[in-house]
Amino acid sequence: MPSNDERWLDAEAGPVVRPYALTQGRTRHTGESFDLVATVMATQATIADPGSLAPEHMSVLQLARAPTTVADIASDVDLPLGVVRIILADLRELGLVMIRTPVVMAERIDKHTLREVLNGLRGL
Amino acid sequence: MDYGVSDPAGGNPRSPGQHRAIKILLAGGFGVGKTTLVGAVSEIRPLRTEEPLTEGSLRTDSTAGVEGKTTTTVAMDFGRISLRSDLVLYLFGTPGQQRFWFMWDELAIGALGAVVLADTRRLADSFPAIDYFERREIPFIVALNCFDGARRYDPEDVRMALDLEPEMPIVQCDARSKESAKDVLIALVEHVLVTASEEPLSGIA
Repeated sequence: MPSNDERWLDAEAGPVVRPYALTQGRTRHTGESFDLVATVMATQATIADPGSLAPEHMSVLQLARAPTTVADIASDVDLPLGVVRIILADLRELGLVMIRTPVVMAERIDKHTLREVLNGLRGL
Repeated sequence: MDYGVSDPAGGNPRSPGQHRAIKILLAGGFGVGKTTLVGAVSEIRPLRTEEPLTEGSLRTDSTAGVEGKTTTTVAMDFGRISLRSDLVLYLFGTPGQQRFWFMWDELAIGALGAVVLADTRRLADSFPAIDYFERREIPFIVALNCFDGARRYDPEDVRMALDLEPEMPIVQCDARSKESAKDVLIALVEHVLVTASEEPLSGIA
């Protein structure tokens, strides 16, 4: 068996290092965890000092000007989910975004909501 | 995780601009039609992840020859269906292999339920997903994707083969058809409603 520091990556493995370079190598974010469908919303209409943020952080912040979800942002910026999570947590620490778990997520989905979903699906 | 403001009465707690997101998981073996089904009923969006490999996934994932590989690329199918302006359904197609269970663990939190998409020619591919949802008591249904040329099986034979409870819905579908995909989701929500009626205990996170 090759030793651990022997790297053998093929194209299929994807760009393993580069995305996480955006996060200075961090693979875990700070603060409370948040769901894939948690709502993200920018707290300020404009950024006082846009130069202080990395372009990727700015892109994520732009997308959060209207309420959106973690999954939607990750899809829009085309960065791996793990990286987007770290960027979002950074922005949260700076007080630039609010991340909240959708109400329905916080507890078991009630019957009223289930019926709404059912009716919504039937009407598609 | 539970820091969302919630109304214990389970009513309709929401403020303007707030939207409710419902997650449904779509699981099944490789090539069973998860992407097709998500695409048939919703606007499909790509979501990629490059997750650090956990100890657990290293044990189950064969990394022979790529021992230096410490992250894994997981492509997920993700679709959204706006049911109302404030109610959005998110469909997540998750890779079926056991090594991706770490992804499911997150997706499963707060999910309405799951659909296990199965191909009758390769029923065994759906075992891991069924085991997973049964063990975690996540409500699910089995949808048989009726591929062209595949022999149709009596759902009751499939029930026996998969060792499923008699009340577990098994539906046949054509993952390419919007109507059919819609019917699968409706069957799941109906199943969850029935299950919820049997267990009047609400408010369990």
